[in-house]
Amino acid sequence: MAKLDLNRVSMPRQDPKLRARNFNEVALGYSSEQAQAEASRCIQCPKHPCIDGCPVEIDIPGFIKAVGDGDMPEAVRILKDKNSLPGICGRVCPQETQCEETCVLAKKEAPIAIGRLERYVADWERANMGLINSPVIQPTPTGKRVAVVGSGPAGLTAAADLAKLGHSVTIFEALHVAGGVLMYGIPEFRLPKDIVQAEIDYVASLGVEIELDTVVGKTISVDDLLNSGYQAVFLGPGAGAPMFLNIPGENLNGIYSANEFLTRVNLMKAYKFPEYDTPVKIGHRVGVIGGGNVAMDAARCALRLGAEEVYIIYRRSEVEMPARREEVENAKDEGIQFKLLTTPKRFIGNDQNWVVGVECYKMELGEPDASGRRRPIAIPGSEFIIKVDMVVVALGTRPNPIIPSTTEGLETTKWGTIVADEVIGKTTKPAVWAGGDIVTGAATVISAMGAAKHAAADIDKYLRAT
Amino acid sequence: MEAGTTTHRLALLEAGDSIADVIGPLGLPTHIENFGTVVCVAGGFAVATIVPIAEALKMKGNKVISIMGARSKNLLFWEDELGSVSDQLIVTTDDGSYGRKGVVTEPLKELLESGEKIDRVIAIGPSIMMKFCAKTTEPFGVKTIVSLNPIMVDGTGMCGCCRVSVGGATKFTCVDGPDFDGHKVDWDLLFARQRIYLDEEKLSFERWQRQSDIRP
Repeated sequence: MAKLDLNRVSMPRQDPKLRARNFNEVALGYSSEQAQAEASRCIQCPKHPCIDGCPVEIDIPGFIKAVGDGDMPEAVRILKDKNSLPGICGRVCPQETQCEETCVLAKKEAPIAIGRLERYVADWERANMGLINSPVIQPTPTGKRVAVVGSGPAGLTAAADLAKLGHSVTIFEALHVAGGVLMYGIPEFRLPKDIVQAEIDYVASLGVEIELDTVVGKTISVDDLLNSGYQAVFLGPGAGAPMFLNIPGENLNGIYSANEFLTRVNLMKAYKFPEYDTPVKIGHRVGVIGGGNVAMDAARCALRLGAEEVYIIYRRSEVEMPARREEVENAKDEGIQFKLLTTPKRFIGNDQNWVVGVECYKMELGEPDASGRRRPIAIPGSEFIIKVDMVVVALGTRPNPIIPSTTEGLETTKWGTIVADEVIGKTTKPAVWAGGDIVTGAATVISAMGAAKHAAADIDKYLRAT
Repeated sequence: MEAGTTTHRLALLEAGDSIADVIGPLGLPTHIENFGTVVCVAGGFAVATIVPIAEALKMKGNKVISIMGARSKNLLFWEDELGSVSDQLIVTTDDGSYGRKGVVTEPLKELLESGEKIDRVIAIGPSIMMKFCAKTTEPFGVKTIVSLNPIMVDGTGMCGCCRVSVGGATKFTCVDGPDFDGHKVDWDLLFARQRIYLDEEKLSFERWQRQSDIRP
């Protein structure tokens, strides 16, 4: 056997000083030489544990071999057999806790850079084949209609899979743009919107109809859908409602939820105001509360909008941060400052109701809590004030009650998530499935896609039996 | 009644024109039942909102007394529509150019003082008008519903831009409202949050004016 090559090919990135002031993509992608070099490191081990680590079960060794062989159309075919959104997944999947974690070379701390290769294949296809011209085997139409609620990662995946199986699929999206969190949440510099749009266009090219401006649960109900010719409904609306700290001063001017801040910036292009007509405030000193990917995104957006100082204010220490390692490093390189073991007690405002500071406690870590992470405890008397003129609260999201509260027969948990079978996503309501954050609470793009895939397979089984 | 860029642009539309995206109705519908006697107060543009409410109240058997007010005669509209669904209609203008001179809270106060049993007041219009309607009714203990209009982004509970404080609790106007108990609303917070983007609104409007000037 050839000697193992443990030199993982790194991906070029924009210089931190430059990128901290622009919204262009940070990671620049592999060249063909880099992709081939990385692909050729894969030893094509027979047990392919990488596939077990992939929520959508991509034939990872297969597409990597095709890249190594230089057969890019074949790489595209293999990748898209299981994943309709590879350009997105190659950018935002936490591969380090999935396929790359289970890669046999991970033991040598040099797993194959599967995510970077996935991205490379998706970008190659977009540049060289055009998504619409992808070879699509025309399925035999089944004559069955499925309504998919939400056009985020779960909805797009369920819709694409069902369309590939010959069902007639309509996606209902609340906003005026399809894509959900891929459009409103994840910033341009991490996931360019033309790539998201191209993959949505691909899903549409499979025959999926997308109805925008439709708030299921408000402007039309789930039962309306079931009574108007849809034999099955898949719910993938996400966990769209922001959480706040519920401490004094949180309604001061200049305090945004991450959802509001990111929606203004990403979806409504507030970074181009007044060319685009939605504004966003730009603080000089911005405090971002939270330690997840969304907090990193918000902090890095604030920096790019021109903030002088941006702080991540997080109640635990760096090891407990839920954000991807890579994004934490990117944020640090760009100059984001980390105020760790720190939690807000109250926000301080001026006489015009604008936030001018946040009073915080210093924290220490106690015994592990239900999440397995050490519980942060406020140190009495440790209060201190951080001067800020803008705050983004990025504590996570919870399910939006609009659909559960208006749909009879749909059971929810005490957290407001929809009760659904863990594998196939079947809800307590006949002919209704659910997947993604609405079932699990806020999680990742790829876990939503995995859930949607399994639900789509079960919906197909159901439709063929009726 | 144009105020900023969007309302000016809307006002330029002709019959048959379209706008790209409209979503609704969102939020919770106004609670309608047979309360007895209801005073509906509409300030300015809110006549359009109050007419279907007055109509629904009337159909439930309420006695409906409506008050509509505007700064001046040229800003009044739908007087007949509101009159046709009300048992009594009072019209005010700030400058006295039509109807009674003064603001809507004056006839409201007189009705409350008249001894007639008023079971509910629904006041819709500019925030400052709603605040003063609520302040007027508060000493009389008459439940007063107001329809709040903070800045919103998505309108589906996704962002919290429209948060208001009602009875000490934070509410999202887009999904929990827009109707709230006017006696419990933190009005100063509402006013402050409505002013967040005054500078940007001005910038946007000036830019739009410049662009519409150079258009052929």
